Amino acid sequence: MSKVTLAHGAGGREMAELLEALIFHRVDEPLKKVEGGLGIDHPDDGALIPIGEGRFLVVSTDSYTVSPLFFPGGDIGKLAVCGSINDILMMGGIPVAMLDTIVVEEGLPMQTLNSIVDSMVETLRNEGVALIGGDFKVMPKGSVDKIVVTTTCIGVSENPIMDVNLEPGDRIIVSGCLGEHGATIMALQHGLEAEASLKSDVKPLTRLFKPLIEKYSKVVKAAGDPTRGGLSMLLNGWAKSTGFLIIVDEAKIPISKPVRKYSEMLGVDPLHLASEGVAVIATEAGYADEVLDFVRGLGFEDAMIIGEVVKGERFKGLVVARSEVGGLRVLEPPTGELVPRIC
Amino acid sequence: MEARRPTWEVDAEIERLYRRNRRLAEEVKKVIWKYADRVRRVKGDGFKVKIMNFCGTHEWTTVHYGIRTLLPDNVELVAGPGCPVCVTPSFIVEHAIRLSLEGVRVYTFGDSFKLPAVRPVKGVRNLAEAKTAGGDVQVVYSFLDALKDVANTRRESVFLAIGFETTAPGYALPLAERLIPRELSILSALRLTPPAARYAIAEADRRGLTPIKGIVAPGHVSAITGAKPWDELSRELKIPTVVSGFEPIDLLISIAEILRMILRGEVGVKVEYRRVVSWEGNREALKAIYRVFEKTDAAWRGIGFIEESGLELRDSYREFDGFDRYGLEKPDRESWVMDNLKGCRCAEVVLGLVKPTDCKFFLKGCSPSKPLGPCMVSFEGTCSIWARFGGYLDLKNL
Repeated sequence: MSKVTLAHGAGGREMAELLEALIFHRVDEPLKKVEGGLGIDHPDDGALIPIGEGRFLVVSTDSYTVSPLFFPGGDIGKLAVCGSINDILMMGGIPVAMLDTIVVEEGLPMQTLNSIVDSMVETLRNEGVALIGGDFKVMPKGSVDKIVVTTTCIGVSENPIMDVNLEPGDRIIVSGCLGEHGATIMALQHGLEAEASLKSDVKPLTRLFKPLIEKYSKVVKAAGDPTRGGLSMLLNGWAKSTGFLIIVDEAKIPISKPVRKYSEMLGVDPLHLASEGVAVIATEAGYADEVLDFVRGLGFEDAMIIGEVVKGERFKGLVVARSEVGGLRVLEPPTGELVPRIC
Repeated sequence: MEARRPTWEVDAEIERLYRRNRRLAEEVKKVIWKYADRVRRVKGDGFKVKIMNFCGTHEWTTVHYGIRTLLPDNVELVAGPGCPVCVTPSFIVEHAIRLSLEGVRVYTFGDSFKLPAVRPVKGVRNLAEAKTAGGDVQVVYSFLDALKDVANTRRESVFLAIGFETTAPGYALPLAERLIPRELSILSALRLTPPAARYAIAEADRRGLTPIKGIVAPGHVSAITGAKPWDELSRELKIPTVVSGFEPIDLLISIAEILRMILRGEVGVKVEYRRVVSWEGNREALKAIYRVFEKTDAAWRGIGFIEESGLELRDSYREFDGFDRYGLEKPDRESWVMDNLKGCRCAEVVLGLVKPTDCKFFLKGCSPSKPLGPCMVSFEGTCSIWARFGGYLDLKNL
């Protein structure tokens, strides 16, 4: 008898296959989106609902189960709020309001719950996003591990960024060092003492995206945040949905020393590790350098142009990595239970 | 006295020189192409320089850094026997499963946790399933972890000892020092690399395949054995051999050197990995290994017996031999039954006779998330490396 495994929820290939068979496949085509909008017909960071005058409501929801609950750089509360805010931003939306659902295990210390909610509220306050509703439930001891937080964020967009608009020639920019969150959680889960230098990058990307959308909405073709499954999962999604080939240069991909060290030690590819405060942006080729300078000027000094989209002759729908020594390989999406409960 | 440099500083410098160094890689590549061109002119268009590596980590480096895409068409790099988990015979796994189900605690490395048995034991096909079925299976990171655990629990237990020369000292040293709790015994599946290299090279000839013209000898194994056994092998088979390090530029330099040796008609071993490997190897480790173990003809999964290719406990250490303690049968050449999974070509992949992509199951029914054969189960297996790191497409003329 086949059963659900952790790999089915790890954000990799197994999850994509399961979602297709379990959900997408079952929903009638017209019901996969609101007319004139975007939904699970082209799964993106969030959904779009047209509200007239060329404007869209942007909606995204996510559940958070990260273990441990507290980690260098943040906690499950901050992660839950930032995660959904970033999904709205990646769609070209400005976050306006949020709903949250908190499911708690009986016996969780009240102080733990307080700290988590404190950090949710603090993040919302800093971002100016309203908390307009939610739900709160307690499950009997043992039927859920400590706490699960679900957030739904709502935003508004005049120029939505849809990944299906990607075109050959577009350049790929990453806004900062990759894999910081994934490496931090992984090190903690393996019981390795997280060095002071290893710290989750969890943060809202509003400071980057608000000005970027204002100034460059016409040249930004696609955007995404490389959470579960990392850069590799995100780019594979783009390549698969457009049928183009994406070529990235590993020598240009920013990865910090501690992340390099830990991923080598633990035998994982840093390109499979989650970031929670990095954006991947595809721009028209002619504007790539200008956008890069703009992004760096906003305080994202580690930003780099890491690759480009090509039409592909022999190969399509793939991501190819040029290694530090110049050789080529297919950049596979991660498989298996890479890091469970990363977010 | 000169102060010793901290490890991280040395690591960073090695990385800067041998990995994150496209300029040097480009230079070495030019040398490879120059030599390969000379080989073509001297030996003719049909002459293919087929170079075999004997270590899963070398194959990882090859795939991960796209080394094959940097080589000219007349130079081919193939993966040979380099994964100890992949060659562990099924009967040893079956014994381990049975013991675990009978209440003996079985310690194993994570890599062999899902290693399949060809003949299921009470419906159980690997140690992971045995654990689910109530068997006593513990995954550990090292032999030492098991020693500590047994010292606490005092449970009847066996260690599934899988590995090449590199891991052998880890077992041999505590055994030699008699630091093993009496409740613990080992099931030795330890194997030696040079005999397997000899076998794989001969098998390519027997099958009339392109003969092996160069050997990239394993760096970690050689850190223990020294370069000497490879020198003997190289001279015996008249095949140029280079002991290589594991950074991509180590590998490129080694390939260039093999081509140079071919052009000069040189045989013998050269050590590229001089920062780790000596001629004599680690004498202390070797002494411990051969104090405790002796060489024996040993079975390799899907391949059969290879002369003097395994390590078994000497008589003076028999009390720690799990086969003896539990009266487990060990087949000999006569009673050996080939242990291939039907249709699975892992054994041929191990020997470098076929590529993973030649197997009809590769990424079609056999993948890292649902592995069938041992080469897809083990992280060091060629199939697993090709699948996880995208080595299955020829991207040379992208």
